[in-house]
Amino acid sequence: MIKRDVVFLCALGLAGSLLAETMRVQVQSGQVRGTPSFLGQVVTTLPYGQAVETTGAQGPWVQVRAADGQAGWMHSSALTVKRLAAQSGGAAVSAGASGDELALAGKGFNADVEAQFKAQHADIDFSWVDKMVKMNASPVQIAAFARAGGLKQIGGAQ
Amino acid sequence: MTIRLFPLFGGALALSLLPTGCSTVAEYSTMAGQAAGVITAEQAQSINRSAVAAEKTFQDITPEQEYYIGRSVAATVLATYKPYDGAALNQYLTVLGQTLAQVSDKPETFGGYHFLVMETDEINAFAAPGGLILVSRGLLRCCRSEDALAAVLAHEIGHVQSQHGLRAIKKGRLTSALTVFAVEAGKNLGGESLAEVTKAFEGSITDVTSTLMNSGYARALENEADAAAVQILTRAGYDPRALVDMLGEMKARLAADTRGFGKTHPSPDDRIQHVSGLIGEQPVAAAPAARRQRFDAMLGLIR
Repeated sequence: MIKRDVVFLCALGLAGSLLAETMRVQVQSGQVRGTPSFLGQVVTTLPYGQAVETTGAQGPWVQVRAADGQAGWMHSSALTVKRLAAQSGGAAVSAGASGDELALAGKGFNADVEAQFKAQHADIDFSWVDKMVKMNASPVQIAAFARAGGLKQIGGAQ
Repeated sequence: MTIRLFPLFGGALALSLLPTGCSTVAEYSTMAGQAAGVITAEQAQSINRSAVAAEKTFQDITPEQEYYIGRSVAATVLATYKPYDGAALNQYLTVLGQTLAQVSDKPETFGGYHFLVMETDEINAFAAPGGLILVSRGLLRCCRSEDALAAVLAHEIGHVQSQHGLRAIKKGRLTSALTVFAVEAGKNLGGESLAEVTKAFEGSITDVTSTLMNSGYARALENEADAAAVQILTRAGYDPRALVDMLGEMKARLAADTRGFGKTHPSPDDRIQHVSGLIGEQPVAAAPAARRQRFDAMLGLIR
């Protein structure tokens, strides 16, 4: 089943430059930018698992169109060709989300499992992990840091 | 290796390069690699073999699951090593680290890359899956320049982008957890299922954490992270020779300290030899005064 789909993808790939492909967002907050650069303005943000049609590529950046028609550029590391695993139990999913599939958001090791883990390990404190995941530098700060430090122009298609 | 090829050849570009008859994702990424002249046919064959063997293991972990594993691994490490509670230094590490991540092969992970200093004189650094990177005050003191600190962070980013942490998880745990996910797909996990998954999760955290803190990665994975560091430093405009400088300084300091890095990493001498072979001859512009000043100001906070 999976193999057949991959072969199908391969066949599609032959005409990759002509046909749009479907890829899925594999990050928590998929940022679609106006230009192929981290400095490009964010035109829309897509959730994990969301499908997009790819319409072009430039270096590591992929040009995408979302279902609502919004278009822009995403870094290829934010996208996967994996399909979304089936949504309900049954024979089709008895083998589990395989390496070719992206499990549904929130399924598997998730916030519920983390809560259980916390309950069993009172000595492990997550407060700094929660602080840490909010510590960020904006693309503008990164560009300014690179400029001031005499680094290469960072952010765009390489 | 396969993982690192992905971002390079991902997306429509990779699909447009596909020849007919390819049957797995790993296969087409190595084909793309060969077409681009990056890897040889022999290397591609070996990558495909290892990818097929690993397909039922860490590669079945989704980015979201990797994120949750990483959070618990980082929290577990921080139960042993106290976080350094200084906003200015942690923010400097964050800007520097995220700058480097942006030029890595995998700039985007599920929850992004985040950096924190650990309040210990032990020389150590940890990269939890998904991008939570912890660096000790002792290791910061081994860095004599921003370039050297960048080398430390770039090495850890290398471990994250190649998912080295996830490889430490024993296969049996994943098989058990993935089976529950399959049967319970579309529902919220309850009762026994949640308990079983939590047990597999807990075991996974132990596998990763004990590898990071006690046994260390295999030499080949450390070499891979060093190679990624050289690539990241070069792309960003830092001097990759700073990695060699930092390892030299670490060697001098480790002589008196067998904890942490000394226990879990190959000897600095072996790493220096490997890294030296990867660095090109091109001269790198000297660091401007502003780069030296900001580094001195920040490191002054912990010296």
